[in-house]
Amino acid sequence: MARKVVITGLGATTPIGGDVPTMWENALKGVSGARTIEADWVAEYELPVTFAAQISTPASEVLTRVEAKRMDPSTQFAVIAAREAWRDSGIEEVDHDRFAVAFATGIGGVWTLLDAWDTLRAKGPRRVLPMTVPMLMPNGPAAAVSLDLGARAGAHTPVSACASGTEALHQGLELIRSGKADVVMCGGAEAAIHPMPIAAFASMQALSRRNDDPEHASRPYDVDRDGFVMGEGAGALLIEAEEHALARGARIYGELAGTSVTADAYHITAPDPGGLGATRALKAAMFDARVQPSDVVHVNAHATSTPVGDQPEYVALKTALGDQVDSVAVSATKSQTGHLLGASGAVEAVMTVLAVHDRRAPVTINLENQDPQIPLDVVTSARDLPSGDIVALSNSFGFGGHNAVIVVKNV
Amino acid sequence: MASNEEILAGLAEIVNEETGLAPESVELDKSFTDDLDIDSISMMTIVVNAEEKFGVRIPDEEVKNLKTVGDAVDFIASAQS
Repeated sequence: MARKVVITGLGATTPIGGDVPTMWENALKGVSGARTIEADWVAEYELPVTFAAQISTPASEVLTRVEAKRMDPSTQFAVIAAREAWRDSGIEEVDHDRFAVAFATGIGGVWTLLDAWDTLRAKGPRRVLPMTVPMLMPNGPAAAVSLDLGARAGAHTPVSACASGTEALHQGLELIRSGKADVVMCGGAEAAIHPMPIAAFASMQALSRRNDDPEHASRPYDVDRDGFVMGEGAGALLIEAEEHALARGARIYGELAGTSVTADAYHITAPDPGGLGATRALKAAMFDARVQPSDVVHVNAHATSTPVGDQPEYVALKTALGDQVDSVAVSATKSQTGHLLGASGAVEAVMTVLAVHDRRAPVTINLENQDPQIPLDVVTSARDLPSGDIVALSNSFGFGGHNAVIVVKNV
Repeated sequence: MASNEEILAGLAEIVNEETGLAPESVELDKSFTDDLDIDSISMMTIVVNAEEKFGVRIPDEEVKNLKTVGDAVDFIASAQS
């Protein structure tokens, strides 16, 4: 029998709240974190997309100046979220050799990398700062969290584009089940609202062009969806072996009952139109958690609001859940937060855990005309979830054909 | 040309910016490593910022000789002249 793993601490910094209580209050209300970007570089580079969902509480208001100076923004967000999850867990003592980190990112320190390149070109190699490498490396967030909290059972960085954050929970669960750790700080962080990634995502036609109306741009499942909205931030979840949490009398939010990761092996960016890889991931995660489709009452969908992405996820849900798909309350929270890329899975995991714990499903905004090809029961105003034993899923899919799913149960 | 007092004040500002140490704690007889707890990466950042601020070049092989704040002030003063 595999060790049972529970979630005991939550943290987040997102476009709809700089901490978990604020984010969750807004997620149940239904707000948009998308705004016009107030930066000179939007006009300077004549970017085709002029808005994004930036974090609502600047990192400079949370970290000291010296802390912030030595961290790329992605690492700043990771440390802010992980500290909140650590405090929230109420954990006071931990065997540091049995405490690990699994903290993901999709892109890594892109601001640091490109700032250093600008400095090199403008001022020469001498002015490229010595902290550049540790700040730009994609394992920076995991390493900084490990250093900050004293986690010595390994600091891991799953990188699978927009599935990264969910894959971090998969990795954390495996670390505890295999006996390599008792406590893992899982999460994901991303800070890529920089002109280059915006230009690159826009160039592949992935981003919404609704420049005159940012708050209504992220509209998963709507017939008028035209792409995703770039988001940024971090989510963090402290997970523990159940016996470890019980021994310290911890408040338990829910059980991380199962996870799975699959690959499409179909196309580098396009989702498999039959949703086969996603279907296998959903089925494998439910098998891993020893739950049936009939147990599932809520799904936090990947649903990025792209014309080509949302529909195959529906096909996968229908295939994996069968008739139960009609009885599942589906939330597409990227409608509020935008798409946090490598952090999205972690932030959505926080919401999924809270949905199970509070028995409230968060809101999907901007759904005015639901795509008839996606006949899901979409939550458009906060909805109660049933009493009794309940199961929720959270999906994440990433460029490269990565699919990751987590299963959360009430305790 | 900056005076030694001006160089010390400028260095203290750079050290404060990099490490958060109070500028008044940056005194001539303080050792960068033993007293101010400045690691090699911070030291290189301070050196590069001092080069820009005072318009001098501090060769890498010279940095290891700058043990105290006073050593750095003296080096920058002589490099300026």
